[in-house]
Amino acid sequence: MAITSTKKSKIIYTLAAWTISGMIFFPILWTLITSFKTEAEAISATPALFAFDWTLENYKDVLARSPYFDHFWNSVVISLGSSLLGLMIAVPAAWSMAFVQTKKTKNLLMWMLSTKMLPPVGVLIPIYLLFRDFALLDTKLGLVIVMTLINLPIMVWMLYTYFREIPGEILEASRMDGATIGEEIFHVLLPIALPGIASTLLLNVILAWNEAFWTLILTAANAAPLTAFIASYSSPEGLFYAKLSAASAMAIVPILILGWFSQKQLVRGLSFGAVK
Amino acid sequence: MATTQSRTLARMMLFPSVILLLGWMIVPLCMTLYFSFVDYNLLIPGEREFVGFLNYEFFLTDPAFFESFFNTLYLVTGVLAITICGGIGLAVLLDQAIWGRNYVRIMVLAPFFVMPTVSALVWKNMLMNPVNGLFAHFALWLGLDPIDFFAQMPLFSIIIIVSWQWLPFAALILLTAIQSLDREQLEAADLDGAGPFSKFFYIVLPHLSRAVTAVILIETIFLLSIFAEILVTTSGGPGYASTNITYLIYTQSLLQFDVGGGSAGGIVAVIIANIVAIFLMRLIGKNLEG
Amino acid sequence: MGSITLKKVTKNFDEVNVIKPLDLEIKDGEFIVFVGPSGCGKSTLLRMIAGLEDTTSGNIEIDGQDATHTPPAKRGLAMVFQSYALYPHMSVRNNIAFPLKRAKVSPAEIESKIANAAKILNLTDYLDRKPGQLSGGQRQRVAIGRAIVRQPSAFLFDEPLSNLDASLRVNMRLEISELHKSLATTMIYVTHDQVEAMTMADRIAVFNGGIIEQVGTPLELYQHPVNKFVAGFIGSPKMNFIDVTNDSNAQTHSLGVRPEHFEISTDSGTWQGTVGVIEHLGSESFLHVTIEDGSTVTVKADGDCPLKYGDTIYLSAPEHKVHRFDKNGLTIKNAAP
Repeated sequence: MAITSTKKSKIIYTLAAWTISGMIFFPILWTLITSFKTEAEAISATPALFAFDWTLENYKDVLARSPYFDHFWNSVVISLGSSLLGLMIAVPAAWSMAFVQTKKTKNLLMWMLSTKMLPPVGVLIPIYLLFRDFALLDTKLGLVIVMTLINLPIMVWMLYTYFREIPGEILEASRMDGATIGEEIFHVLLPIALPGIASTLLLNVILAWNEAFWTLILTAANAAPLTAFIASYSSPEGLFYAKLSAASAMAIVPILILGWFSQKQLVRGLSFGAVK
Repeated sequence: MATTQSRTLARMMLFPSVILLLGWMIVPLCMTLYFSFVDYNLLIPGEREFVGFLNYEFFLTDPAFFESFFNTLYLVTGVLAITICGGIGLAVLLDQAIWGRNYVRIMVLAPFFVMPTVSALVWKNMLMNPVNGLFAHFALWLGLDPIDFFAQMPLFSIIIIVSWQWLPFAALILLTAIQSLDREQLEAADLDGAGPFSKFFYIVLPHLSRAVTAVILIETIFLLSIFAEILVTTSGGPGYASTNITYLIYTQSLLQFDVGGGSAGGIVAVIIANIVAIFLMRLIGKNLEG
Repeated sequence: MGSITLKKVTKNFDEVNVIKPLDLEIKDGEFIVFVGPSGCGKSTLLRMIAGLEDTTSGNIEIDGQDATHTPPAKRGLAMVFQSYALYPHMSVRNNIAFPLKRAKVSPAEIESKIANAAKILNLTDYLDRKPGQLSGGQRQRVAIGRAIVRQPSAFLFDEPLSNLDASLRVNMRLEISELHKSLATTMIYVTHDQVEAMTMADRIAVFNGGIIEQVGTPLELYQHPVNKFVAGFIGSPKMNFIDVTNDSNAQTHSLGVRPEHFEISTDSGTWQGTVGVIEHLGSESFLHVTIEDGSTVTVKADGDCPLKYGDTIYLSAPEHKVHRFDKNGLTIKNAAP
């Protein structure tokens, strides 16, 4: 049986691809595996990939003995809350930019995106002081506000690109059919744009869940989401690799799953039109 | 399709986002600007005298600033180099016909979705730790001395971690760009007798230039503000060896409570970022035309 | 019900003037077609009547009431878009029901109106399908159905047949004309196809560069065009224009003769020419003849015309079928009828 050259190259490429991607994925895989090891096993000089005694004790430990679930819940509230709040503000803005274009629309959009490029340290002090003075430090509400504001430009941008794909005539038809602006948005725009809105929501939940500047600086024991809580596993007295792995696994698996579904949205939302 | 009525309505619908973003940008930024001109330390209550450009002078002549500035430069260029080259390579590879392509994609994209604090801790403790880390065990197995990553090369270790996180982003964007390449160009090149390297350098690479530019600019904006990875691994040390500008300002503002100095630093960071942003805006503007 | 008057209506987009001051009276119940080349302003004017575009100056009156600033939802008009603009996420039934629900019509009445419209338009079997599952012609009918149930004062059609293939277009033309006969409602129909205009209209308004060149019945425009533009636009194949310098009327700059009005002779005639390409359609033939001054005219002949490429022929035209145009392109009125 002669192996054609295309078949040969397919084999080579497949081997190369699996090897390289395996190396890239390895740290995550290792974390997941280590989460099922005992601490002793986790730091063993002869690390094992599969041949060890699997145990759930780390998960039980992390969940029972630390406020893990509270911080998990904080992450959920902050990501979901800021994304939903952001949607409520971004949808009308994107509607007007997509369907009532003026000469200023493009500039306005670019200005909005430029606010995302502001380095957070440029406003670190005022935000910190304002939060302190308004009792927003270490509150979920405070973080929801910040997350909404920093992701608003991306939400508006993404929704704008999705709305532009809807023919304006459909909305005009609804106007001719007697719909008020609210009816136009609620009965016609939103149902048609639902996939785009869901995609925007998805991407922003991911971005907010993983945000690691404001969540680390503006929170303490009460409102810390997982990003901040995991950081507490970095103290030198804790060489608890297995527990670190379990805590990490629970923190990253939900987003890994969501992320898999959001590849297209990632390209649309974060490449700013450079690729289609 | 616009009437005065729909235009007024549109303005009202834009109002909340514009006001919020304006507020988010202007109010704190002005406050930072104000603070940068006063002598204000949170530990010394009541003191708030106007000192002109003194804070800037102190900040910019501090040797810590020079070290952080260059660290920032190394960080950004290091990560860019690794992610762009690796990204192009991965994009070309993933574009080929391979078995299980979907699974390969899952594995390659995964690091981007891991939160930075987890990435940093996993790399620092479980991989790079010179006693118990996997790399140490691997080195010993080969008969070599384990590297103490964070002691011997703190900045480079952080570069490795951040590159690992951003490689998927570059790969995904570049893969999308490659897949938009007109196949017929490559087929014509085949007929003209071009080998794989020629095809890559003369057709694929130029086509990717726009996407590569976008990746460079977008990554740079985010890379200037690397924070969590530093906080969680080295706290900027040893000394200032792994401090970037963002971290420097953080330590001055919230660890030393020097509001005046930290604010001056913040303004400097904004100026630097603006220069990058101008280029990014031009790119986006071009894309909005199309 | 259904009379629309435009008084000195203009439209500017930013600084560019696209519609010059325009007056037009549309009578209740008539089928009027706005026709003209691309960019002449006909669609813009239609959208202004609908209320989807602002009027820069001038008045639009519907049934005697000034509607210039009334929002589109309240003008009592219905529009059929070129792309049909159906709601893709709703079934045919709900598409048609949409305007009725907005008007808070009772569910029982909605049902009966939908059933009625479906019967008229042959949609009864498709009521529960979504637009994506329908053919072009069916979607067209749903768009019309959605307009009918509103019982508007007037229907506005924006190039509704452009997206259909040729044979379907012919059928739909008939259906729309039938609809007009049975509903007796005013219809304003925009198209760039002069065949549609001629076959469907009670009156035609020919647009060019933001002004109306002429308004009249199809026959009026065909027999008595006021200028070269209308003469050349109406009628297919186009009227032939021959420049002359020595006509009996001193102002004549060019003559116009329609291909179907030439008389062909092999012995003598006003113009001598050489036959070029002949297009045989079976029912008729079109000869492309090069005449003495080097220009080419199109001549209609019988389907079994025996002439061949290269033959010499003579062309004449009866006096009352010859149009005369002055140097500005305006028709010179004949002394003879």
